[in-house]
Amino acid sequence: MLARLATTALVGLAAHPVGVEVDIGRGLPAVTVVGLGDTAVLQARDRIRAAFGNAGFDWPDRRVTVSLPPSDLPKHGPGFDLPIAIGLLAAGGTVPVAALDGLWAVGELGLGGDLRGVRGVLATALAARRAGARLLLVPCDNLAEAALVPGVPVAGAHTLGQVGGWLRGGGTLDAPGRPGPVPPAPVAAEDLADVRGQPLARRALEVAAAGGHNLLLVGPPGAGKTMLARRLPGLLPELERDQALEVTQVLSAAGLLRPDAPLATARPFRAPHHATSVPGLIGGGSPVPRPGEVSLAHHGVLFMDELAEFPRAACEALRQPLEHGEVTVVRAAASVRFPARFALVAATNPCPCGWLGDGVRACRCGPDDLRRYARRLSGPLLDRIDLYVQVGRVAAEELAGPAGGEPSATVRARVLAARYRQRERHGVENAHLPVAALGAACRPTPAARRTLAAAVDRLGLTARGFHRALRVARTLADLAGEERVADHHVHEALGLRHLPLAPSGAPGAA
Amino acid sequence: MAATRPSTDRRLQLGRAGEALAAARLEATGLRVVARNWRCREGEVDLVAAGPGVLVFCEVKTRRGNGYGSPAAAVTPAKQARLRRLAAAYLAASATPPCRVRFDVVAVRWPRGAAPAVDHLEGVL
Repeated sequence: MLARLATTALVGLAAHPVGVEVDIGRGLPAVTVVGLGDTAVLQARDRIRAAFGNAGFDWPDRRVTVSLPPSDLPKHGPGFDLPIAIGLLAAGGTVPVAALDGLWAVGELGLGGDLRGVRGVLATALAARRAGARLLLVPCDNLAEAALVPGVPVAGAHTLGQVGGWLRGGGTLDAPGRPGPVPPAPVAAEDLADVRGQPLARRALEVAAAGGHNLLLVGPPGAGKTMLARRLPGLLPELERDQALEVTQVLSAAGLLRPDAPLATARPFRAPHHATSVPGLIGGGSPVPRPGEVSLAHHGVLFMDELAEFPRAACEALRQPLEHGEVTVVRAAASVRFPARFALVAATNPCPCGWLGDGVRACRCGPDDLRRYARRLSGPLLDRIDLYVQVGRVAAEELAGPAGGEPSATVRARVLAARYRQRERHGVENAHLPVAALGAACRPTPAARRTLAAAVDRLGLTARGFHRALRVARTLADLAGEERVADHHVHEALGLRHLPLAPSGAPGAA
Repeated sequence: MAATRPSTDRRLQLGRAGEALAAARLEATGLRVVARNWRCREGEVDLVAAGPGVLVFCEVKTRRGNGYGSPAAAVTPAKQARLRRLAAAYLAASATPPCRVRFDVVAVRWPRGAAPAVDHLEGVL
């Protein structure tokens, strides 16, 4: 007898509809799975067989053929266990075939017949809704995640026995809990009030948060670069629901979603080690790519500590996501687009020993060391960073004194106001203002124009540097609540773009 | 834990009885058994039966229970391959007129002290 139902295969972040056809025909006992399944899919045979025995279902002592159309789409992972098992129950006559009409299912089977959660259920629910599924059946671990998608009925089960009972019309499935209001984003544990001193770096963080500018922190070891970077997510506005769903979809596809928190409400903060491979950074893996660090940082912060230690290829690979807010990864089986709109915070020592420019300790590096070190910083990457800030040593009296800095909440209020002004004006963050719109958006005062002209002449500001300075000045004006970019905004913007690195050959002057 | 294995003699007896049941089943479907336990260097065919235009090579597998898998599942790929070779040897050795060849498996489940259940799988190769 033939039984049919539906499931999905995850390709990138999207789930493609996949049919599950199970036929039990005459012949010697054997199970054949056709349709480009990987090892995990083929091993479904062994898991399902054991689960049948332990759940008390009869194993069909016949020739079983399982097909997963479309047959040219590669499929992987254990999520096909549950739909194949359901198809077997129906094809073997244990449950009525009619009960499978419009049924979608996904889940992994344990040998004891227990159901385990799988990756990408949010995407599966979206696909099931598009196809007009009658019901999407998922393991209870994934139930809350599946229920995030309105418009598709979902139900959960703990065991294969529970599923079989329900299909026979005898038992019930678990209903999703009522989707309450979206829980408020957790208050960031790291508050800006903890930071002693560092007025310039604090200001730069605020500007970065307000205008969506990328930021480079330069300073000796222990100055607090990492501490500062960790406080950026707390200055950003809460995720909107659409954004939260996007973040959730990435986490779900990467298998990082926690069952107790189905919807990601906090902005991600990712700090990949500098030994991370390029595929690990931008996404990769075979045959179908998985999201990388830049996508896991989507709508959040990507922190690259020790930027000079990152291989050049890794830095160059960031150009596409920084420019377009997404990455395209091509592998044998699929070409996949991942979202990757993040705020980049990079940190580096000023020199190999770390103490260049420090007032107390002497730098031990020679001029050649400095040149070589500066060269390691990828020029194209630095070009896409609007703010360069020196993070200096904190004086002893500041360290010992009370933590009197402004708390994150205060700074965040200014950030939100500035972001509101940007959205009203052009609908994009200042960092992404197109050049053509810059003049109209900034309307610099005559004095500001003169300062900019002088900067071009005397500081050797390039055209790109000029536009970057103007964007930062626009953000400064937004933070101050002013319509036009004034002279002092330009001055401050130029000050936030001074690269305190090696003496010559550094791309920072512009 | 495991029950003591019955003596070889008893197991052969069970196999013989299963083969007799299988022969009866084949005859009931209109076939005529032309050879039992036909042997050659390759091994032994349990049953060969003839019908109109068809010659059936039949492997019989009898088991007391499912403890080591069902009887049908015990017809392994190696056993299937041997059945093919045996068929070729039989056809070469006997002057059979050209006809279709079919491979069947008769699985007999015969729990101790209960009635046997006979399962006839046609054309399994």
